[in-house]
Amino acid sequence: MSTPLGLPGNLREDLQKLWDFVREVSGDDAYERYLKRHAKVHPDLEPMTRPEFFRAEQDRKWDGVTRCC
Amino acid sequence: MPRSILSKLVWMAIAVMGASAIGGIAIHRGEHINALWFIAAAAGTYLVAYRFYSAWICAKVLVLDETRATPAERFNNGRDFVPTNKWVAFGHHFAAIAGPGPLIGPTLAMQFGYLPGTLWILAGAVLGGCVQDMVIMFCSTRRDGRSLGQMARDELGPVGGWAALIGSLMIIVILIAVLGLVIVKAMKHSPWATATVLGTIPVAMLIGIYMRGIRPGRVLEGSIIGIALLLVCVWGGGFVNGSESLKGYFDWNDMTCAWFVMIYGFAAAALPVWLLLAPRDYLSTFLKLGVVFMLAGAILLLAPEVKMPPLTQFIDGTGPIFKGDLFPFVFITIACGAISGFHSLVSSGTTPKLLANEKEIRMIGYGSMALESFVAIMAVIAACVMEPGVYFAINSPPGVVGKEAADAVAKITSWGYPVTVEQMSALATEMGEKTLFGRVGGAPSLAVGMATIFSTTFGGKLLDMWYHFAIMFEVLFILTTLDAGTRVGRFMLQDLLKHVSKPLGDVSSYPATVVASAIFVAAWGYFLVQGVQDPLGGVNILWPLFGISNQLLAGIALTVATGILIKMGKLRYAWVTGLPLTWLAIVCTTAAWQKVFSANPAVGFLAGANDLAQKLASGALPPEKVASAPALILGQRIDAALALLFAIILWIVIADMLRMTYRFLNGKQVQPLSEAPHSPTQLAWARD
Repeated sequence: MSTPLGLPGNLREDLQKLWDFVREVSGDDAYERYLKRHAKVHPDLEPMTRPEFFRAEQDRKWDGVTRCC
Repeated sequence: MPRSILSKLVWMAIAVMGASAIGGIAIHRGEHINALWFIAAAAGTYLVAYRFYSAWICAKVLVLDETRATPAERFNNGRDFVPTNKWVAFGHHFAAIAGPGPLIGPTLAMQFGYLPGTLWILAGAVLGGCVQDMVIMFCSTRRDGRSLGQMARDELGPVGGWAALIGSLMIIVILIAVLGLVIVKAMKHSPWATATVLGTIPVAMLIGIYMRGIRPGRVLEGSIIGIALLLVCVWGGGFVNGSESLKGYFDWNDMTCAWFVMIYGFAAAALPVWLLLAPRDYLSTFLKLGVVFMLAGAILLLAPEVKMPPLTQFIDGTGPIFKGDLFPFVFITIACGAISGFHSLVSSGTTPKLLANEKEIRMIGYGSMALESFVAIMAVIAACVMEPGVYFAINSPPGVVGKEAADAVAKITSWGYPVTVEQMSALATEMGEKTLFGRVGGAPSLAVGMATIFSTTFGGKLLDMWYHFAIMFEVLFILTTLDAGTRVGRFMLQDLLKHVSKPLGDVSSYPATVVASAIFVAAWGYFLVQGVQDPLGGVNILWPLFGISNQLLAGIALTVATGILIKMGKLRYAWVTGLPLTWLAIVCTTAAWQKVFSANPAVGFLAGANDLAQKLASGALPPEKVASAPALILGQRIDAALALLFAIILWIVIADMLRMTYRFLNGKQVQPLSEAPHSPTQLAWARD
């Protein structure tokens, strides 16, 4: 089976999976994940904006032992 | 053929391959041995240990329960407690534990020859380091993701808790000092390296501003731009080095470099995280993972020959890089590549809050450390593909082999490792440096090894670019550890200070932040300056202290783990953590004892201080050394006190655990297990 890109279907799927993995492991998609979760858990509350979210996240993320020798 | 038989055959083949590769390395005599033997031995060892030993520990000792909800599921807040895909959690955990230690320690330990270090990296990792990381991760996961210090307090009592706290604080001080020393030795009188390192600071700030203000949270985008800019810095350093007018501004001596590192550390601890620490962390993590995989690929492609002999005469303790016998110093020097106490701080408190299911502890805890140990094996290969004469010429301090190049090569050649002045200056020119003599600390020799491997793999050109790329890579993530460590140290210090003065303990107050950061930087800065002034190059003093403190922390972690296993009713399996603990206790105590009391002034701190005091009193010191002598004498006495303190802390914790065990086995009252009660998991995706 081929796709518009000319890649076999599962190769394209695999590349997409790899890209999703890279985004998740690096934290690139953190805001999208937050929105998804927020809509589920607090549908009545206004979510933070993207800049607000990253301001809130950054201070927490580097608080504690996150790197070794 | 049925699957089970096929799988048995495959595992038998892997085991045979690993065993014969180890045998090949061990009994090999004669000319050179190919680096692929090391890769095969390592891969075989890790695979077999992972498949069988870790599976056995998980099934019989820890009894991982996939139906039990993890802290990430129970406290899911979308922030620090988040059930995460296991590969993502693996990536985070590996990035957190992979540091410069496993690159530097094995490089230094190669002065004994490749064999002792390699065997310890393999055996120490699968029987000690991986087990420690995994068991501590398990204990913390069963305890709502608590930190090692809290677990020590809950399970052993206040004595264990205090020891763990002081131990962690001291290890961070010594760790940062020794890493600072490594940077200083790589930068001194190297305009190219200095300009490149300085360039990385505005790059990090620029990316910080980009990720915060311009394109908030676009982590991948920002990192890619940042890495491109870092490569520009490497090129720019070369430009500076080529320009007669600019060069002079970046040609610093080692004290200037040390002041730079201290000012930088203070700024990183006091500035907001988003400006320096966070963007630098992203850049160094990407670069670290990229370079590690690139190095593995290059070694496989190139299959270089290892030129170091399996054993050198320096197993008798007379080595030029650091003094001390094979036992215990090969274990103390390798440290993080085999077992790293620091990992227990990440394995508790941080990673357990990401686990979606308990059964992932095996892959993330045991597997990450196996991979980390593989990084140490690559450092071994990079150090050993050099001519041993070159390796010793780069790593031997002038205080041992002489200041003049001719003296140094004569001495090193007389040990049986031929090297010439021409060879060293040709190499230095190729690498874009004035000289490579006496560049102690491990980073420059590792960079020479990596540059040779990379440059040969990619067409044999641009050695100088590759060398400074490797230096930039090492310095970048050393500085990340230094930033993060100073920050954590500052918080821990403020936590202690609040018992003395409430305002100083306030982490959100700016003056308190500045005061605590300054105190903490002064603490590690003291040891850094001592290392810089030491005529034997500093590594001889600081690296063993670092190794002892790191193994001490591992000892505390294994003690807590053993205590927990015993209270879980697993006395017959307590050897799983008890054996590595016993070994570490023996190694640590012997090393501390020798570093304090050895009569050899190059090994024992007290003998070293007395020797120098005597020379000072009798006027035997050359005039330029008289001024710094009193500080060095005091410094060595402080080092002695510190080494002694490390050993005492370890034994206090072990005694506390044994006391608890005795009471427990005799039916007396002990602190109860602080394990959270079982609650069933609802996360089907993570269980199946």
